[in-house]
Amino acid sequence: MSKYMLIMRADETGVRAYEQIPFEQVIEAMGRYNEQMMNAGVLIAGEGLSDASEGFVVDFSGEEPLVTDGPYGEIRELFNGFWIIEVASKEEAAEWASRAPLGPGAYLEVRRVNGPEDFPQDNEWIQKEEGWREEQAERAAKG
Amino acid sequence: MTDVTGARRADASSSGSTDDQAARRAVAAVWRIESARIVATLTRLTRDFGLAEDLAQEALAEALEQWPSTGVPRNPGAWLTAVAKRRAIDGWRRRERYDERLAAIAHDLEAEQHQATDAPPWDPDRIDDDVLRLVFTACHPVLSREAQVALTLRVVGGLTTDEVARAFLVPTSTVQQRIVRAKKTLAAADVPFEVPERDEFAARLAGVLAVVYLVFTEGHAATSGDEWMRPDLAREAMRLGRVLAALVPDEPEAQGLVALMELTAARFPARTDASGQPIPLDAQDRARWDRTLIAHGRAALARASALAERRGTGRGAYALQATIAECHAVAPSVDATDWPRIVAAYDGLARLAPSPVVALNRAVAVSMAPEPEGGASAALAIVDDLAGDRRLAASHLLPSVRGELLARLGRDDEARAEFERAAQLAQNARERAVLLAKAASRGS
Repeated sequence: MSKYMLIMRADETGVRAYEQIPFEQVIEAMGRYNEQMMNAGVLIAGEGLSDASEGFVVDFSGEEPLVTDGPYGEIRELFNGFWIIEVASKEEAAEWASRAPLGPGAYLEVRRVNGPEDFPQDNEWIQKEEGWREEQAERAAKG
Repeated sequence: MTDVTGARRADASSSGSTDDQAARRAVAAVWRIESARIVATLTRLTRDFGLAEDLAQEALAEALEQWPSTGVPRNPGAWLTAVAKRRAIDGWRRRERYDERLAAIAHDLEAEQHQATDAPPWDPDRIDDDVLRLVFTACHPVLSREAQVALTLRVVGGLTTDEVARAFLVPTSTVQQRIVRAKKTLAAADVPFEVPERDEFAARLAGVLAVVYLVFTEGHAATSGDEWMRPDLAREAMRLGRVLAALVPDEPEAQGLVALMELTAARFPARTDASGQPIPLDAQDRARWDRTLIAHGRAALARASALAERRGTGRGAYALQATIAECHAVAPSVDATDWPRIVAAYDGLARLAPSPVVALNRAVAVSMAPEPEGGASAALAIVDDLAGDRRLAASHLLPSVRGELLARLGRDDEARAEFERAAQLAQNARERAVLLAKAASRGS
């Protein structure tokens, strides 16, 4: 079993098409899809992202990073949200991905999520990061 | 383009062995996702679990034949179900048995043809009920535990017979036989396809949970062999547990079992070193524990506790074990672990399911708790009381715990004797070596 991230992306057509669909309908289709994955025991996590107008871009092309407000002018594809599922094979991940209630202009990028086995555990930075994860978990447990 | 993009639907008409393999893997993936619902639907319609399973397998064979050239259909589960239903009708026609079953299925098929191709061909609520019935059928008490496990993994988990065999390190033919015999047993006993009545429900659910937990421990304990399937078996059990918890969302012990499995599995990455040697809890690198699973497990445990409270019952055995696992999971070190809470959980377990092993584990927890209630002397008193228990007489556990406690109290000679006795009783060579080393470190 491996974890896969289903990354939701949409181009302008997709975004516009999405805006045309009644919110209720979107909620229902997504809810149904999420429920199927929950019932199949494969859904680990998932979040959607708010409207792009609330976002901003940091551009690293120049000497200094440049923060540009709002406009995604140069970006043709928007990252809209994600699911993380745990499945037996890449094909199973593909099967779930292809069942997502998305339409023209929408894309799902599917990537395997790295686990501890993908990193050298004796690396000091990896250990530091794990230490941080541990602290976060403790804090969450206390709060 | 990679085959993850859904392109396989678009260019599935191209041929070649790589595409064949890709299609076969795609069929396997669909099967894993859909098989339980397909078999469940067919069982409801045919009222014959064994037949339903055979029909579904035949439909799968047909998919393997067709999909490489036609591509995976848009609603693969519906496709497989429709094929299986047609096969059922063909079979009955051949035997000229136009009974009400045929009528039911034919009516169903006809109704589906009138629906838009994209519309779900079945009622999801009813399907979930069917799957639940399927789980209870696969775990029916007329079957042996082995048969229950084999059937559950194959029919509910969607594993192939080969995969089940590999997971349990038995020949494929053995699993095949188990499944054939199980189906015959179910048919002979005329087991109804139903969720048990209220008065029977708790006991039957306990059996179902036990099957899932057995699959998990088989993957977790890895008593023999080092097959790659075995950690995956634990993951499969977790998935089945989540499926079950979704089917019976108000059952605290289903949630408790999910919590127990997730909190236990969270420690897997730290349980063995690079060479496969087991690492004891106190030496494990806690940074390697899986935080996602811990978070998931704790959420499930919280649900289990809330449900139990709403029912006015205490936490069940799985939730109590999950509580112990949670104490470990959130503790930064062995010393900083909430040992009194662990002792309390063991108290609960000892009331629910008294056993000398639970008592012994409780004693270990007591030894770690602060004095005067806890500490090595308090624990030694408990362990000494257990010394007369004949159920522990042949086990190395009692002398090895006793040795540990005596060593902590500075009674080295007695500790050494206990470690040596434990080494004699240990079944596992690796364990024996560890115990002998402990004995040696106490001097002679």
